[in-house]
Amino acid sequence: MDLLQLFISGLANGCVYGLIALGFVLIYKATEAVNFAQGDFMMFGAFVTIWLTNSEHLGINFWIAVPIAVIIMGTLGYLLDMVVLRRMFGQPQIAVVILTIALGFILRFAAGAIWAHEPQSLETPFAGKEVRLGSLVLGLEEVAVILVTVLLTLALYLFFNRAKLGIAMQAASQNQLAAYYMGIPVKRIQSLVWALGGMVAAIAGVLFASKGAIDPSTGLLGIKAFAAAVIGGFGSLPGALIGGIIIGLVEPFAAYGLPAGYSQIAPYAIMLLVLIFRPAGLFAQMQKKKV
Amino acid sequence: MRFVFKRSYDADINLFKHKPQAMWYLALLALVVALPWMLDEFFLGEATNVLIWAIAGMGLMLLVGHSGQASLGHAAFMAVGCYANVIMLERGVPFILSLPLSGVIAGFAGVIVALPVLRLHGIYLAIATLAVSVLTEDFIVIAEPWTGGVVGLVAPPIDVFGLEIDRYGTPTEFYFLCLIVTLVVLAGYRNLLRAPLGRAFVAMRDSEISAQAMGVNIRRTKATAFGLSCAATGLAGALLGHYAGAFNHETFNLVLSIQLLLMIVIGGLGSIHGAFFGAMVIGLLPQFIAISRDGISSAFGLGSVTIPGIESGVFALILISFILFEPLGIYGRWVKIRTYFELFPFYRKDMFKRQKSYLKTERMR
Repeated sequence: MDLLQLFISGLANGCVYGLIALGFVLIYKATEAVNFAQGDFMMFGAFVTIWLTNSEHLGINFWIAVPIAVIIMGTLGYLLDMVVLRRMFGQPQIAVVILTIALGFILRFAAGAIWAHEPQSLETPFAGKEVRLGSLVLGLEEVAVILVTVLLTLALYLFFNRAKLGIAMQAASQNQLAAYYMGIPVKRIQSLVWALGGMVAAIAGVLFASKGAIDPSTGLLGIKAFAAAVIGGFGSLPGALIGGIIIGLVEPFAAYGLPAGYSQIAPYAIMLLVLIFRPAGLFAQMQKKKV
Repeated sequence: MRFVFKRSYDADINLFKHKPQAMWYLALLALVVALPWMLDEFFLGEATNVLIWAIAGMGLMLLVGHSGQASLGHAAFMAVGCYANVIMLERGVPFILSLPLSGVIAGFAGVIVALPVLRLHGIYLAIATLAVSVLTEDFIVIAEPWTGGVVGLVAPPIDVFGLEIDRYGTPTEFYFLCLIVTLVVLAGYRNLLRAPLGRAFVAMRDSEISAQAMGVNIRRTKATAFGLSCAATGLAGALLGHYAGAFNHETFNLVLSIQLLLMIVIGGLGSIHGAFFGAMVIGLLPQFIAISRDGISSAFGLGSVTIPGIESGVFALILISFILFEPLGIYGRWVKIRTYFELFPFYRKDMFKRQKSYLKTERMR
């Protein structure tokens, strides 16, 4: 049963990684930019929710606070794209990468300045409650994390493949010029994607903060989520989730089976191996260009 | 306006374009040599810091600015250089040998890392090097018998033919040591760019396909670029170890890698000047913030106000404004100002405009 418990907690962790990776992939899928600040977005979203709902701050009911936080983060994402990133339209990718790294620094600084650097945790209605499945005892928050993640991934997957807006987003990234000709407002679409990325980050933040404490430097977790996105194949939504779950599962089992010190290497080692032997990821989105 | 008449093909690759330019650089050299007699010990230490950053910056500039390969993992190679140097010193290798050897070892480490990741481009390469950076940090902890693990190592004092060089004991000598290494790397870098290999780097940066068509072996050239870049960075790492005195795995964390990349972007990608300008910004900014903060709080009688993390916040703001408003960096701005005066009435605003391009992907779903 020990291993099963380990499996479930790894799964829940992996889902959070997967959610952050989902944010990476969303933005990459629609704008070809890699948002290195996604982890910091998540951290910021978590802090906004903590600020809204925790009793020592505003103390709003959890179920009202979460949608508000999601809307706030969505607005933040939209504004960031409109004010800052839209100016980078047509510039080389690496410039955008550096810009998002700097944005991450600023978000971390802002969160530290506003909410201090001490770890805080979110007060949720499902804290401390348990679900019993036979002899298996699961924390309610872990179950919630897994459920929410799977539902969100499914919803986003359908959105990208079925909804008109989602298809427009894909078109905008596959060929910007052609998308313009088809009457797609490419710039507005990009801002919308950033808003979506912010919202997903807020949800990831809520889930993360409900599982444990969070402090401004938690955003660096984004790197692990990065590994998840790479393993799944950048640009694939289900791939991001599966990559996240792989990372989440590998971590506790590596800690269980390997001597101390080696276990935290495992996620990055896997990422490096995937990059070397299958650069397009497990769910390849890339095809050889035919000349 | 100055017209330079080129009378031979060699004039295209001369070290200096014309005599006055050589004079200016000579004056700059005289200034940096005279610096120890102009500054007190504290600021001399800061100047040394800038030189070390500049060496590392030149290393990364060669890779990112001139070969067009992104790297978010150069702190790893600084670590390799630093640890190699100190480990050799502890085993009794004289400093005069261990310093260059640490550069060579870091260079080989770079080639070893480069060979498998060479197939990757752009973002993917950045991610792979980022993974290398994170992994190195953990490896340092694991390789405890050599690296001292979490406790770290202490850099022993340097002894060059009986001359004692120490960061605190003899700061002037340490400054000159760093200056000499900087000049050697600089001379190598400048000459490399005049040589076929350097031109191959630039050709590869501008278009891999065209470079290949011109007979450049992309794979080998990339590996060489990685090796040379990491060698310079390793030298900087070795000096940084002596500068810091004591170091452990956290000295060479991911933030350092990111800082290195940001530094050369602020300085101006694709020019050696950029590495130095960026080093000045990143080396002096913390002191500048500290001094101006003290100035402000004493002027308004606020007492000592400290906002944790303000340095990275200010740094990020500077960086964002550079990327948005001056993508060519400090050096780019300087070139614009100089061109304005050189061409006085004829300068146009769009002379340095970058061509925008529409994105296309190779993803099909």
